Parts: sequence; structure tokens; C-alpha cells
Amino acid sequence: MNGKPFWNPYVAGIALGLVLLTSFVVTGKGLGGSGAFKHANAAVLHAASPTWAEENGNIKSYFSPQHGPLNSWIVFLAAGVALGGVVGAWSARRFKIETIRGPRIERDHRWLLAFAGGALSGVAAQIARGCTSGQALTGGAQLALGSWIFMFSMFGSAYALAYLVRKQWI
Amino acid sequence: MELPLVLGMGMSHTAEMVSAVLIGSGFGFVLERAGFGRADNLASIFYGRDFRVMRVMFTAIVTSMVGLYFLDLTGVMPLANIGILPTYVLPQLVGGTLLGAGFIIGGYCPGTSIVATTSGKVDGMLFVGGLFTGGLLFTAAYDVFAGFHSSTFLGRVLLHEYFGISSAFMVLAVVLFAVGSLYAVTRIESVVQRRLAAKEESR
Repeated sequence: MNGKPFWNPYVAGIALGLVLLTSFVVTGKGLGGSGAFKHANAAVLHAASPTWAEENGNIKSYFSPQHGPLNSWIVFLAAGVALGGVVGAWSARRFKIETIRGPRIERDHRWLLAFAGGALSGVAAQIARGCTSGQALTGGAQLALGSWIFMFSMFGSAYALAYLVRKQWI
Repeated sequence: MELPLVLGMGMSHTAEMVSAVLIGSGFGFVLERAGFGRADNLASIFYGRDFRVMRVMFTAIVTSMVGLYFLDLTGVMPLANIGILPTYVLPQLVGGTLLGAGFIIGGYCPGTSIVATTSGKVDGMLFVGGLFTGGLLFTAAYDVFAGFHSSTFLGRVLLHEYFGISSAFMVLAVVLFAVGSLYAVTRIESVVQRRLAAKEESR
């Protein structure tokens, strides 16, 4: 492993919790990772067909006369995540163009699974109205019932499927 | 002053967007430092080898929850002032199940894939491409999903309301659940690590 060591997980957890708390105190909202992708989808679909996009039940609320679909809090948050990630990786000398995979999988196969897993997650996050950040972390800290249902289903299903894809990781 | 600041100060749209970038930067930086920009660190939890993901997540949830409920109980920032996530039982159950599958197959979740991408991980970039594509397909076929997507809606339900207990007691129960789980996984981890070491030696 190159670069500086990672933080102690409990220190990282407290830091993450404080970032989330700050978000609640400043914006009244939590964190999120998938919302920005939904807004980006809306922008692309609107460019292709404005009328169709404005009538689509999933994204119609993103179009207002004042702000376009990309001029939204969750999109700026994701831009910040990208920025924070790049600063973190460079300052720890960890930035490297590489593919992360276990010892028993070909690179191309790993690429295919990364894309497929992403596509599945793209659908999943929209069905659930959020992801690990927007549901499990944010709603978990709020003690929102549905977010705890989400968290248990997510970990449960990943554990249930782990054996089937073990060659990718171990 | 009334909290959140966005209410108390009457922040402009621009100020709110700037604060989102700053908070997002903190979020991305911490995810990177936690090791969440690499799929191997994330996936190892599902093989019992390294429970870093659970340690970080549970500690973060507990920290934020204790802060949030402290602010609520002292009246500094009532929970009613923030956006509590609504409960849709089946969509969250099915969405969570599918997201867990996406996680173990793809190696990331949406937030961590952004950090992986900006750390130069090609698999992270492909996951991001998949997220965009999956979302596009879902929106394109939304008519099929719309009924299910808005089904089993319960509104804003908090765990302590659901169980009919006080919020302070629920917070304590979650803290104990987190501590207990982390203690248990630390035991599991050491068993798995010992077995792996024994396997190495016997080679």
C-alpha cells in the first residue's frame, strides 16, 4: 500500500459524524451521494426532450423557472465530495490511476462488474430515495424508521451475495 | 439564533450552494482518509477480514445522532426544523437489498465511488458510469415503477415513536447496539485473521 496510512476508523467515524452534524446544523439536511446523479440524469433528459422530462414523474420537480436541474444543493455537495476526495488523495500521496481488484480476477472482468454494480446501484438508490450516505448515514442518525430498514437490507443482501462474488475480492 | 442556519440567517441560494460545497469537501476528505476510496477496503467487511466500514459508519451515526438529539432535547435545534427522511417501507427494503447487491458486485456505493474516481481508480469511474446509466434507465421506465415507488408510505416516523419509547432511551439503545456489534465483529475479525494466518503457515 502506497501513501500515508489511513486514519484510525473510530477517529474517521467521529470526523464523519461531525461533518454530518454540521450539515444538519447549517443546511437542515444531511449528506448524500446518489442525488447528484439523479439531477445529472434529469439535465441530460431535459436536453434531449424538455417536454418529456418536465412531465416525467420521477424528475419533474427538478425543473423550476429559477434554477436548472444542476443548480441544486445536492449537486454542489457532490462537487465538494469530488474536491475533498482529490485533495485527500493527493495530500496523502495516494492518487494513482489503477484498478482495485482481488488476486483472482482479470482486470476486464472487474471492470465489467464495477459497471454492472454501478448500474444496479443507480436503480436501487432511486427506488430507496438515497444510498449509504443519503439513507443509512443521514436517516440512521435521525433515527428514521425507513432508513434503518434500508441499512439492514443493504448489509444483509451484501453479506448474502458475498460468497458468490468472492473471486472478485479474496 | 434559530437553527439550522439556513432558517435562522435566511441564507441566499448562493450562500447555501457554497456551504454545500464546503460540507461536501469535508465529507469527501474524510471518506478518503477513512480508506473508502478503495473497493478492497470496502469489500473486506463482507468476508469478515476487516470491519473498518462498520466501525466508521456506526461511530459516525452515533456521533451525529447524539449531537442531533442533544440539540433537540435542549431546544437549541428542534428536530422538526430539519428534513427528516420519510419512510416508504417496501421501496426502502427493496432499494436497500438491491444497493447491497450493487455494493458487493461493484465494490462501491454512490458516495464512495465519487472519491474513488477522484483518487484515480478506474473501477470507481466505471461504477460512476453505471450509476448514471442505471438512473437514466429507471427514469426512462418510471411509469412501470411509479406505483411501487410511492407505496407503503408511512410519513416521517422515528424509531422511538414507532416503538413508543422516549427519544433519550432510543438513543441509548442505539449506542448500546453499536458498541455491542463492534465488540462482536472485533471478535469475528480476530478469528478470521487467525485462520488466515494458520492457512498461510501450512502452505
